[in-house]
Amino acid sequence: MKKKMAILKNGLFTENPVLILVLGCCSVLAISVTVKGALGMGLALTFVLVCSNVVISALRKLIPDQIRIPCYIVVIATFVTIVQMVLEAYIPELYKALGIFLALIVVNCIILGRAEMFANKNTVGDSFFDGLGMGLGYTMVIVGISVFRELVGNGTLLGYRIIPEGYQIRIITQTPGGFFCFACAMAILIAALDKKGKKFNPQIGCDGCCGNCNLGCTSRTPVTDKTSKEAEK
Amino acid sequence: MSEGAKLLLIVFTMVFTENYVLVQFVAICPFLGVSQKFDSCVGMSGAVIFVMTLASAATYLIYTYVMVPLGLAYLSTIIFILVIAALVQFVEIVLKKYMPPLYKALGIYLPLITTNCAVLAVTLLNISDEYNLLESCVDGFAAGVGFGLALILFCGVRRSLERANPPKAFQGLPITLIAAALTSMTFMGFTGIADKLFA
Repeated sequence: MKKKMAILKNGLFTENPVLILVLGCCSVLAISVTVKGALGMGLALTFVLVCSNVVISALRKLIPDQIRIPCYIVVIATFVTIVQMVLEAYIPELYKALGIFLALIVVNCIILGRAEMFANKNTVGDSFFDGLGMGLGYTMVIVGISVFRELVGNGTLLGYRIIPEGYQIRIITQTPGGFFCFACAMAILIAALDKKGKKFNPQIGCDGCCGNCNLGCTSRTPVTDKTSKEAEK
Repeated sequence: MSEGAKLLLIVFTMVFTENYVLVQFVAICPFLGVSQKFDSCVGMSGAVIFVMTLASAATYLIYTYVMVPLGLAYLSTIIFILVIAALVQFVEIVLKKYMPPLYKALGIYLPLITTNCAVLAVTLLNISDEYNLLESCVDGFAAGVGFGLALILFCGVRRSLERANPPKAFQGLPITLIAAALTSMTFMGFTGIADKLFA
């Protein structure tokens, strides 16, 4: 049980997928406009992450190594489709608010990254807690940013007006505000860690491209890169 | 609205007013990750334009002629991602065999694109916007051009950023994000232009 708690804590803080690993930032930037949307997105992603982690970990001995990425994508896409259908049927307004980003959970690096880095090497139980920790870590950050953006940019919190009309900084809810708030969140984290005496230099996860996950985040060189070098020889 | 005007409107919208990266927050990872070197920006943009146009056409055909008749439209997410993955592999093999120079230029960027969210986004939005085949292809092409434009512009911004001296906490990724915020602010200037221009 102690190990499970450690895994959970790892996802929530030590290796927070958004602020420390810097994975899947598209949806964080786009959906953090309203607290409601952020909460929905966070829970949807957590659900998909937990389910895909469990299934992939259960099947880890059956999936051949060469075609593991397509297998993972099929598993992930299945759960995303389930979430899409459930939300469309029961919470249509949330479905509308999340828009394309709900479908884009399929290519979210956090999920593929965890499948590749954790679920295919660990037991089902551990993978469950890893998915839960990572998912909640993501939810925590996206909700945190959205509280600030909704309050300052729109003057409301969960739809209730807190700051009177006319005192909002609109740009915070728009695209530049998303980048700006994310940058500030990261800078605050860096400053806090710096005070503790820890050096932290965030790098975009997966070597800077969601696509790299396709090749396995863990230090594997792109397949074509290798073959093209061979061809040159 | 005539067909030509509609196509022009799609191009203008996707490149400027609804730019995927700087307005809609799709494909942020490659935008931040690849924009350090000019050469890789150009290569990546070329590969994205190429794959997006092809993927738009392929998914449109599969959706209209296979999925709708079979009543599988609800599986679009799962089918499209597989179609894109297969398409990228296929393109890679064909380019390698028949067009080695193009393969050399785009080759290493192609596998990076399978899970690029912009490609999946453009194919899904083509369907929800009910575009026909030509419009889908133009939409994919223009979205790719918009991505390339943002990437290359931002590459220039990052070059001058290297000489900047930000506060300690902002060094590295945070100041890059601030620069992205300023770049995206320039694109806000296009808001609302498209409809009046082609009305």
